Amino acid sequence: MTIAIVDTLPAETVSGRGGGGPAPTRTTIAYGFWIFILSDMVMFSAMFAAYAVLSGNTAGGPTGRELFNLHNVFIETACLLFSSYTCGLGMLSAERRELSRFLVFAAFTLALGAAFLTVEISEFAGMVEKGAGPSRSAFLSSFFGLVGMHGAHLTVGLVWLVYTVAQALAKGLRPVVLRRLACFSLFWHALDIVWIGVMTLVYLMGDR
Amino acid sequence: MLGRLTWAAIPFNEPLPLISAAVVGIVVLAVLVTVTVKGWLPYLWREWLTSVDHKHIGVMYFGLGLIMLLRGFSDAIMMRTQQAIAVGTAQGYLPPDHYNQIFSAHGAIMIFFVAMPFVIGLMNFVVPLQLGVRDVAFPVLNSVAFWLTASGALLINVSLVIGNFARTGWMGYPPLSELAFSPDVGVDYYLWSLQISGIGTLLGGVNIVTTILKLRAPGMTYFRMPVFCWTSLASSLLIVAAFPILTATFLMLLLDRYLGFHFFTNDAGGNQMMYVNLFWAWGHPEVYILILPAFGVFSEVFATFSGKALFGYRSMVLATLAICVLSFMVWLHHFFTMGAGADVNAFFGIMSTVIAVPTGVKVFNWLFTMFRGRIVYRTPVLFAVGFVVTFVIGGMTGVLLAVPPVDFVLHNSTFLVAHFHNVIIGGVVFGALAGYNYWFPKVFGFTLDERFGKASFWCWLIGFYLAFTPLYVLGLMGMTRRLQHVSNPGWQPLLLVAEAGAVVIMCGILCQIAQLYVSIRTREQHRDLTGDPWNGRTLEWATTSPPPPYNFAVLPQVETIDAFWDMKEHGTARVAPVYETIEVPRNSPVGIVIAFFATVAGFALIWRIWWLAIMALLGAAITLLVFGWLDDREREISAAEMAETERARSGRRQFA
Repeated sequence: MTIAIVDTLPAETVSGRGGGGPAPTRTTIAYGFWIFILSDMVMFSAMFAAYAVLSGNTAGGPTGRELFNLHNVFIETACLLFSSYTCGLGMLSAERRELSRFLVFAAFTLALGAAFLTVEISEFAGMVEKGAGPSRSAFLSSFFGLVGMHGAHLTVGLVWLVYTVAQALAKGLRPVVLRRLACFSLFWHALDIVWIGVMTLVYLMGDR
Repeated sequence: MLGRLTWAAIPFNEPLPLISAAVVGIVVLAVLVTVTVKGWLPYLWREWLTSVDHKHIGVMYFGLGLIMLLRGFSDAIMMRTQQAIAVGTAQGYLPPDHYNQIFSAHGAIMIFFVAMPFVIGLMNFVVPLQLGVRDVAFPVLNSVAFWLTASGALLINVSLVIGNFARTGWMGYPPLSELAFSPDVGVDYYLWSLQISGIGTLLGGVNIVTTILKLRAPGMTYFRMPVFCWTSLASSLLIVAAFPILTATFLMLLLDRYLGFHFFTNDAGGNQMMYVNLFWAWGHPEVYILILPAFGVFSEVFATFSGKALFGYRSMVLATLAICVLSFMVWLHHFFTMGAGADVNAFFGIMSTVIAVPTGVKVFNWLFTMFRGRIVYRTPVLFAVGFVVTFVIGGMTGVLLAVPPVDFVLHNSTFLVAHFHNVIIGGVVFGALAGYNYWFPKVFGFTLDERFGKASFWCWLIGFYLAFTPLYVLGLMGMTRRLQHVSNPGWQPLLLVAEAGAVVIMCGILCQIAQLYVSIRTREQHRDLTGDPWNGRTLEWATTSPPPPYNFAVLPQVETIDAFWDMKEHGTARVAPVYETIEVPRNSPVGIVIAFFATVAGFALIWRIWWLAIMALLGAAITLLVFGWLDDREREISAAEMAETERARSGRRQFA
């Protein structure tokens, strides 16, 4: 009986139920990359879970309150959020095939991302210098694990940005380059979302 | 220069691994020499190693599973033999150190390199054909995914000769797996090989999800998809959601071992139970990643060989999705004895029992599909019927274990070992073998020999019951798992029966090898000229056997569930089509090159040869950058060329 219901679907509703045939390449690639980002988010959530479990286990070592500097976190957050904004503007210019505008925004994105990384690396180096490295306590292991994983993703993102810009310069803003740019931009925005979680859970809640 | 790698890494004092490695080495060398001398290398490179055709990749996945099954099974029969003879004063022939490596390798290999390649191979081959499309969403990524899996399999086997494998069991629980208690390379082999193959599995999962959700033939709505596609979708969604947890967990353990972090250590505030939680947050969904595609295979087999549409299609889909969601809510039943408290244990106990409900729905659907059908008892149906009986027993012992007080008694006993072998052999392996017998003619264009197929089924079925019923009984008698030496002589008779069961299973595997050999020898008598040897219902049977590289000359127009059956009924199955120029992906060596660098990097990291690791990782990165630059990744097949190919192929086929 249930089969009969499907059998008698009028033709015009078929595409609304996914019967419209294979999707265009651009949709398929962006969709597949979305699924990949979701899996990345799951990996981050495992690191978040580890941090939640271990954040109290300081083993007599320094606590978050003693280590975190919210001024730095503010600068980092501002850099990253603005870099997402410039990344978005860059994508819009690329869609309109405005190469020089796109290059300007890409340069801003790169600079802001690099600034974020510089602050983060100096923060990490300062902590290690104080004897608060990852092997000091389980709390610090999970801190370096989670925040470091975000930083590693960001580093990959910067290399990828330079590489895609090089493609845009060499080939122009062709559809194939635009597809690759779209994936990069999804990745970059996703890292922003993760950072909001890191900022709230690690720094704001850890500084109380 | 070579990190921790010295001559001491090669176990000259243990003859067993050296002899088996020598035999394997000679076989591999013989194959390589034959291939080179006969001039098959270009063919192999072009059609298989660099192929991005989902059908060839599917076959390679399944072949990897079959080869690794031999390795995993030799581990199994060694363990059974040791337990059967090392009773009372006898010490058996395997020293504890070696025995512990064997049971760890057996588990890891059977799950990651036998069961996973089986189900991913079937999904790869079948899903695009059933959806009526030309390839998966990302063909090159597919090849990368396969080769990363193969790379992991290679690394885990290298541990047989160079160094040793983990002695921690296949779950690698800390603190035993921490550097303090496992200082040698065993655990590193375990972690890196599973990490590399895990990335491959994740990429494969992303690919299949995207393929099913974005690439379907015109008219194929979600509720017209074959059930195997639904179960593949659920299984791949679980891969995407669960494998990253495993990656993160192993990453934490690696950081502990390599950089002195304290995620799971005894000191400095580490938490071992967090590893166990995270591991099973992946591990329980993994069970369903394996079994759901097998459920899909049985659904296809029952419908086809009963000559009826599947009973309760929608309830089957709903049950699949219910299992997909519920599988994330039961992980704690793997360690009720952790001491989480009565409330938590009660919650997970109830959830574990609840998951039996959708599974029960499926069992009844299969039975009602057979009811009043014209059942043709070919080999796949035998496996399917054997599965229903065996899996119901395994499911019920699972429900028993889901009751926390019972679990406290049976935890870590051979009752548990019997339970999960009951569902994995009776479910996943039977499913894989049913699928192998069912789709083989589609893959190679001739059917498999029935006599050896049936013999192998009976050996597997009888062997399974002989091998594992005694373990249920022994578990109730108090025997724990992983015993290198059995102190109670009263257990020996049952252990001998279990050993006999393992021998019968071995006969089943031998029958399978004989079946393949005989079928290839007599293939001219078993040619499948119609492309539809079983009177099938779904679209994979609409094309020729084996299908052309582009699967379908013209994408089929789908009007109903069981689209091909409907076409045959309405006489529209083989109407002469109008050809158009299409694009197919070019071959790409990127998968095998990346896997080469991944293997070298893994090996270097295991032995802490840092310069080599850096060079290999750079090599992989450069490969990616070079491939990422290419634009021209597709080639055209013109309408005229396709018409020519199709005419040549249709000569072998009878039009309806």
